[in-house]
Amino acid sequence: MKIKHEAIWRELPIAGLIPEGGTAQEYKTGDWRSRRPIWDKEKCKSCLFCWVYCPDSSVLIQDKKMIGIDYDHCKGCGICSQICPPKIGAISMVDEG
Amino acid sequence: MGKKFVAKTGNETMAEAMRQINPDVVAAYPITPATEIVQIFAQFVADGVVNTEFVATESEHSAMSACIGAAAAGARVMTSTSSQGLALMWEMLYIAAGLRLPIVMPEVNRTLSSPINIHCDHSDTMGARDVGWIQIFSENVQEAYDNLIQAVVIAEEAKLPIMVTTDGFIISHGMESMEMIPDKEVTDFIGEYKPAYSVLDVDNPFTVGAIDFTDYYFEHKRAQIEAMSEAKKIIPQVQQRFGERFGRKYAAIEEYRLSDAEVAILVLGSTAGTAKVVIDELREKGHPVGMLKLRVFRPFPFEEIVRALSSVKVLAVLDRSDGVAGIGGPVFSEVRSAMYELDIRPRIVNYVYGLGGRNIDLALIQSVFTDLEKIAKTGKAEKMVSYLGVRE
Amino acid sequence: MENLTEIRWHGRGGQGAKTAALLLADAAMGEGKFVQAFPEYGPERMGAPVQSFNRLSEKPISLHCSVTSPSVVVVLDPSLINTVDVTKGLPEDGALLFNTPLSPEEMREKIGLSGKRIFTVDASSIALKTIGRDIPNTPMLGALAKATGLLDFDRMIHDTRAKLSKKFASRPEVIEGNVKAIETAYDEVKGEE
Repeated sequence: MKIKHEAIWRELPIAGLIPEGGTAQEYKTGDWRSRRPIWDKEKCKSCLFCWVYCPDSSVLIQDKKMIGIDYDHCKGCGICSQICPPKIGAISMVDEG
Repeated sequence: MGKKFVAKTGNETMAEAMRQINPDVVAAYPITPATEIVQIFAQFVADGVVNTEFVATESEHSAMSACIGAAAAGARVMTSTSSQGLALMWEMLYIAAGLRLPIVMPEVNRTLSSPINIHCDHSDTMGARDVGWIQIFSENVQEAYDNLIQAVVIAEEAKLPIMVTTDGFIISHGMESMEMIPDKEVTDFIGEYKPAYSVLDVDNPFTVGAIDFTDYYFEHKRAQIEAMSEAKKIIPQVQQRFGERFGRKYAAIEEYRLSDAEVAILVLGSTAGTAKVVIDELREKGHPVGMLKLRVFRPFPFEEIVRALSSVKVLAVLDRSDGVAGIGGPVFSEVRSAMYELDIRPRIVNYVYGLGGRNIDLALIQSVFTDLEKIAKTGKAEKMVSYLGVRE
Repeated sequence: MENLTEIRWHGRGGQGAKTAALLLADAAMGEGKFVQAFPEYGPERMGAPVQSFNRLSEKPISLHCSVTSPSVVVVLDPSLINTVDVTKGLPEDGALLFNTPLSPEEMREKIGLSGKRIFTVDASSIALKTIGRDIPNTPMLGALAKATGLLDFDRMIHDTRAKLSKKFASRPEVIEGNVKAIETAYDEVKGEE
């Protein structure tokens, strides 16, 4: 069941339930970001430290390799660039806008 | 007699009803005068006569929290408390209601400290009148038992928690003749519980208790208010089914010699029984007196009250608690407000009585009727709020 | 209220005044009466004066106020007369039943009472002899049946035996002891000439 935006009270599920899983995905937190992580595909060794540490599950991977960043949900905290090993330096932060 | 009566105290009766209901989970913490209810029930658990998972908690706050968790998991859940215990459950009572969990709680009316006192008044229950629970008051042991069995069905159909109250010591520890329903018939009457939701349904994951900001809270509360309004329709239906099946008829209000009464009192709980004796005696002497007993206090049956009292000239609302900072007791405030609907309405006064277990005897109730008849005659009430039975 | 009998029990905490009221209620219900039994709760401790109450009626009882003018008062411990006014609220034709070795006349003189009816029975001695412990409330029921006519004697013996036989199946001496206590007290209770 999808809860429509601006639903009137009669349309809401009982007891304030959110009657499905994974609904956080629809909540785009990308616009909270003031700094944006830039991923350098060439430098990256796919150690996946950033994937482990990202608090918003915004490091995208496929077949155990990093393939990019989910800018819909990344809040720009910068943990990924901090945790990326200095010798690699595959993620840098730049100002938004 | 024909009927099979047994002698039981209110607490024994509530425990027996719980045994027959056989809830999935009971989480509780003891407090006078409700202790025996769960104490006796715990013995049923120990003896294996019920299938209940019994959770002995470290406080009433934890007891209600455990009840909420178990109920959200889809269990039929009960607990019991009184007074300070109900007060300690406070914030969790709202959560049980908001989450629409049909928790059933025998509650024994006892006053609140300070000064510390273990005896009956309605301060505890009245304090919890706006937490979103259905509240049913019981006049005697039989009614307490019947109310509790009906409560399971009412709660589960309304998807709202419910407390069934008995007056502390007067009913909880008073042994009276009562009739029990055979176990099997109770099982049939309450039926199988089908929860509105269960967090254990892993195939259909959902979130319960999510945060709600300014964008949705009001809508969710509005839906909860509607559920209480729906409960007004569900309660008489369940009471009627109970009456048809077991022969004892109940309604949200009980009218006692009220249809032609010129002066009347409005009472909750055990005092109604004493008042009936006074009314019978006065009626024999030709006094047109009557009573409205309020059985269901939440949801407040204002339409029924207005209808039943519309032709009364003078009404006294008897409150067994005081608002302290309002106008008299809470029942008075609400009844008086309801009666404002009428263009021609009775004069309404308030008597606060029985605080901390102070005895309310025949003479005191009779003195109220004497006052009311005087008001009816003179058209004047000296006081809007009086304190009945206090030394002054 | 017609047909309504109100009874007050005086005892000391731990002596079984509450149990006595419950037993009486149970016995009266066995005879088809409507009953109430309730104790007066307060700061009760072992030895402190306590009270309990009964209402018995042929009709359902709706009263929920205290019993203030009982027609029968039962005193389980005679030493209470020094601290408690056991005659309080008792009407002129009311009955007082004491657990004491004294005769009714001696008891009347001791408490300086005029009017009302006095009955005595040495329930403690009877309990010691028949049950082996000083629990006077069982024999007091037998005495009460005789003194007031409120209970049917044969029925009470039958019910007592039936009730205890479940709990004390392995100890028949307890059952017979209690039955004997009721019988003896019924025979021995004394009223005034």
